[in-house]
Amino acid sequence: MAEPLLKVENLRVEFPTRRGTLCAVDDVSFHIQPGEVLGVVGESGAGKSMTGIAVIGLLEAPGRIAGGRIVLEGQRIDDLPYEEKRKLRGRKIGAIFQDPLTSLNPLYTVERQLIETIRTHLEVSESEAFERAVSLLREVGIPAPEQRIKHYPHQFSGGMRQRVVIALALCAEPSLIIADEPTTALDVSIQAQIITLLKRLCRDHGTSVMLVTHDMGVIAETAHRVAVMYAGRLVEVGPVKDVVRNPSHPYTAGLMASIPVIGRKVENLSQIDGSMPRLNAIPEGCAFSPRCPQVMERCRRERPPLDTRGRTEVSCWLHAGESVDA
Amino acid sequence: MAAYIVRRILQAIVVMLTVALIAFSLFRFVGDPILALVGQDTTLEEQAELRKELGLTDPVVVQFARFVGNVARGELGISYGQRRPVIDMFKERLPATLELSLLSAVLAIGIGIPMGIYSGLHRDGWLSRVFQTVSLVGISLPPFLVGILLIYLFAVFIGVLPSQGRGDTVQLGWWSTGLLTWSGIKSLILPAITLGLFQMTLIMRLVRSEMLEVLRTDYIKFARARGLKNRVVNFGHALKNTLVPVITVTGLQVGSIVAFAVITETVFQWPGLGFLFLQSVQTVDIPVMAAYLVFVAAFFVIINLIVDLLYYVIDPRLRLDRTTSSDHGG
Repeated sequence: MAEPLLKVENLRVEFPTRRGTLCAVDDVSFHIQPGEVLGVVGESGAGKSMTGIAVIGLLEAPGRIAGGRIVLEGQRIDDLPYEEKRKLRGRKIGAIFQDPLTSLNPLYTVERQLIETIRTHLEVSESEAFERAVSLLREVGIPAPEQRIKHYPHQFSGGMRQRVVIALALCAEPSLIIADEPTTALDVSIQAQIITLLKRLCRDHGTSVMLVTHDMGVIAETAHRVAVMYAGRLVEVGPVKDVVRNPSHPYTAGLMASIPVIGRKVENLSQIDGSMPRLNAIPEGCAFSPRCPQVMERCRRERPPLDTRGRTEVSCWLHAGESVDA
Repeated sequence: MAAYIVRRILQAIVVMLTVALIAFSLFRFVGDPILALVGQDTTLEEQAELRKELGLTDPVVVQFARFVGNVARGELGISYGQRRPVIDMFKERLPATLELSLLSAVLAIGIGIPMGIYSGLHRDGWLSRVFQTVSLVGISLPPFLVGILLIYLFAVFIGVLPSQGRGDTVQLGWWSTGLLTWSGIKSLILPAITLGLFQMTLIMRLVRSEMLEVLRTDYIKFARARGLKNRVVNFGHALKNTLVPVITVTGLQVGSIVAFAVITETVFQWPGLGFLFLQSVQTVDIPVMAAYLVFVAAFFVIINLIVDLLYYVIDPRLRLDRTTSSDHGG
């Protein structure tokens, strides 16, 4: 296999609080190949966004990376000084956030925000930067970019603003984009357009994407592989078809079963009983054990490691014996 | 843009007319102006004649219109106490008040804003904690107490700065300035600190809380995620977004500096308008009081007008241009 673009190994993110240390991301390992789209799913608070933020190096104090390594293009980046990390942001790793309405500075024109980003990372003149900004806007599908570039964010609709945000993320041709719930704040009809755009751009530019979302539909449509997170831990990661159709971990299975299918009438929507534990009350052993329908004695005592033998990597004692090949 | 300015100016005129009405009412309701003017041995006939001569028998509306017209031409009447045109007294006193207020405002803004930015960026730094503590003092001590404490410390105890007056002044036309002599500058220091301290701490606390607020927003996070330099994010993106509330409050505070000068000028025997006003209150010198009222109101109105125009410059969302597209669909 080719050398992965991004390797995250045993990442641990901690938040010291007055009542002890909370572990928001606990021993998470995954990798992303060049040009690959990795979906990261999980409930709110499962640690998916936090993982993305740790990768771009924007954890806010008192949060900190307490263990593990993040390696981008063969270079370790989690222990770089702030200034070095800053240079990677935008240049090597682009980011797209959830809410396009609040992601843009309301007081500056789109032109100014694009050009300052381009000129931060690339050695180009003002006019070259302008040319590039216009062509980026054209590429993300903004009509009449020469005129629209002079406008302020409030003069764009939500979907158009997310296109501008994507253009900003692409300014310096990063090799990885971390998209944190890029469509959650948008109308359903516009969501599909943005996802299609993102897919096309990444294919054209060979950009890898870490797509953080809780929308399984988006994942199934976009991602090559999917990582499922629960209570700060990785429970399963594998090719999207396998994970969606034939989930190995009981939590993933519950998650898939809870997605209603259009056209099929059911009495009750399927759901997983209980709720995800809070970060300060994660049970011993497997974090999912109190809710797991297939729980065993061992699950409550010992934490299952991520079994990396098969195509799908899973962290569950049910699969401790055999390697998982769906 | 033009419509916006015209609307603001019309509003300002309405405010000024209202204030003029209040000032005008002072003459009518605070005692009889004729009795204040004439001596004890004036006969009733002479009083009636004077009343007619001064136009006090005309309908109220006519009198008010005449008053507004006079004020607009700079004729503020004659002081009862000093028997001199109020406008001349104002010309003598205005430079003292404006120089004091200007320096206080420069201190308040020039020190308050950087302190606020610093403690917003370094929320938990020790220097920020010092600023917070000092600002608590500035915000809770009344100016007259600060003034007296400063006089005690610097004028009495250490004895390096004068405790009262303007020092030597230089006459530039009708404007007398204390900024060109050493003793004039030394005399300005204590009153300026006294007058500006409250405003400085208020501005500092406001800038700090606005900075903290803005630094939490998504567009600041996104700006960092784009790899922009810290300096650009903090001073370009963040600071500019704090400006609208900061300018609002700062503008009003500059107005109150002029208004609060009454107290500080009294403590330091500063020969400015505020001190003149307080003296005129003691002697019920209504023309002076009315003129001061109009002056302070005009100052506030002008500052508000400037603030409104600055909003317009800073925030594109307020420029209600009709070309704003409302395109739907992504």
